[in-house]
Amino acid sequence: MISDKNNEDKHFVAPYSKEVSFDELQDAPPSGKFRLSITGKLGVIVVAFWLFVAVFGQFLAPYEENDLPFPDDYSEFQKPRAGAWLGTDVDDRDILSRIMYGAGRTIGISLAGVLIAYVIGVTLGIGSSIAGSRIDQILTQFFNIMLAIPTIMFGLVVVAAVGSSIPVLIITAGAIFSPVVFRLSRALGMEIMVMDFVEAAKVRGEGYRWIIFKEIWPNAAMPLISDFGLRFIYVILFVSSLSFLGLGVQPPLADWGSMVRENLGALQYGESVIPILAPAIAIASLTVAINLIVDDVSAHAGGKLSGRL
Amino acid sequence: MYRIILTKIGAGLLTTLGVSIVIFLGTNALPGDAAQIRLGQAATEDSLKALREELGLNLPLYQQYFRWLFNFVQGEFGTSLASGNVTIAQLISDRYENTLIVSSLTAMIGVPISVGLGIIAAMFPGSIYDRFLTLGSVTLVAAPEFFTATLMVLFVVFFLGIGNAVVVGSIDDKNLAELITHFILPIATLCLVIAAQLIRMTRAAVLNVMNSPYIEMAILKGIPRRRVVMRHALLNAIGPIVNVIAINLAYVVTGVIVIEVYFGYAGLATLIVQGVQTRDYILIQTLGMIFCATYVILMMIADLSSILSNPRLRHPK
Repeated sequence: MISDKNNEDKHFVAPYSKEVSFDELQDAPPSGKFRLSITGKLGVIVVAFWLFVAVFGQFLAPYEENDLPFPDDYSEFQKPRAGAWLGTDVDDRDILSRIMYGAGRTIGISLAGVLIAYVIGVTLGIGSSIAGSRIDQILTQFFNIMLAIPTIMFGLVVVAAVGSSIPVLIITAGAIFSPVVFRLSRALGMEIMVMDFVEAAKVRGEGYRWIIFKEIWPNAAMPLISDFGLRFIYVILFVSSLSFLGLGVQPPLADWGSMVRENLGALQYGESVIPILAPAIAIASLTVAINLIVDDVSAHAGGKLSGRL
Repeated sequence: MYRIILTKIGAGLLTTLGVSIVIFLGTNALPGDAAQIRLGQAATEDSLKALREELGLNLPLYQQYFRWLFNFVQGEFGTSLASGNVTIAQLISDRYENTLIVSSLTAMIGVPISVGLGIIAAMFPGSIYDRFLTLGSVTLVAAPEFFTATLMVLFVVFFLGIGNAVVVGSIDDKNLAELITHFILPIATLCLVIAAQLIRMTRAAVLNVMNSPYIEMAILKGIPRRRVVMRHALLNAIGPIVNVIAINLAYVVTGVIVIEVYFGYAGLATLIVQGVQTRDYILIQTLGMIFCATYVILMMIADLSSILSNPRLRHPK
């Protein structure tokens, strides 16, 4: 009996198993201890750095976001020099200070948005996987329609209807990204609901609360955390793209996406690349760093996540 | 099999219908109606009432919706609210070419290259080449379009010293090669943006097939790796790859919005942004529907391709 089982296992060992890293195998079990790779560690450092800037940046910034570092010198797009280490932007303002102010706004809005998406998505998703009836069908159909609308298009329609402000951005981002979270947590819930240990808990006569928090959640946590990182990236990209189109955070408030927009002239007239490159690098470094961490986490979760999305 | 295809197409149509309801209701939430905007603040009650009647704004909401939908299907999009008496059809026909050219050239150039790179990466999993591509695509997937665009400008304009950072000039009487050089920056940027996803997903699709027992059999028979991938694995990976391509082309539909604004040339995407800024809700409704319908259709193709290529899905038990 035991040897039979071993043979069967061997049959499913992938070819090239020496080259394919173990995590990529379809049914690889979660590796015991969670360790970050080098790129993952790098990601953690960069994300920690930006979170620090987001919280304390406005207190540490050399100037207020709309102050002019050189009030006597009216020339836009100045090269970096003492007093303005990244140069000045289209309105002579200090780029470094604006990036530090913008960090809090870009990251804060996105984080609030993704949290709202999660509260809505996970509650309804796991809820409807348990309810499993007409409610489930209606919700699934509704969210499928929401998923069929490209996010940026949805954002454009909302901004056209109610105008743009920071609360609107947060709520819109939350609403737009909740369908994906719903689908994932519903799928996770469904999959775990039929597992033996949940059945056992039901037979034992446990209540819904126990089943959700003690049976489903511990098993759904890792994929959800990894998806949270991905969703956070998409919300950052969504918010900065809207700002870049001039429909997100409104001037004179600094925000990374709108900084790229404001200074687009610098690139087009060949004056300097820093006013555009600096905020663009800020966004890219943050999102790429999160992605590097997510890669590590989802590899740990058994590499199954990509199949569910 | 036909039943499955028809059900899928039906589902796609239903989704489009649902999307149209969302767009219609969303844009209807805009303050002020068409009659008010067109006549301005000084309009008298009577003239407002007359125009409302003419435009059908006094009808109940659901009748307005069906009226709009029927007109839309027949290509009668109505008149723009912001730009005088120009019809929407006129605005679109002036601009659609740029958007169409850039997205189709992106598909023609970007898709074959990325799929090829993805297959090579799957052929040598774990090699330096594979790791380099994986790291590169992890980076590019997460970066915003305008970051990629800035990199392209730095490379092409500042490093190679060709052209400038905006797309200028007319596209009349240009052949294919001239069109590509004209739109080199937007096309290159969009290609990079979709390449990141495509390489990753193609690689995963091929590797997925490589894990199946019959491939193990082929390897045990001693067939060279190149032949295993090309003759045995690839044919079965075609369905998933077409699926991946359609998903990424749907992504181009949205990516093009940022790209057009970045490089400052007129297209449908800049038109809809302009519509949002001027709160021209008829324009937003029409363009929103066009973009969303394209997106839904591409997604439907993605769905169908994965069903048609898999006999088990084609003939469900």
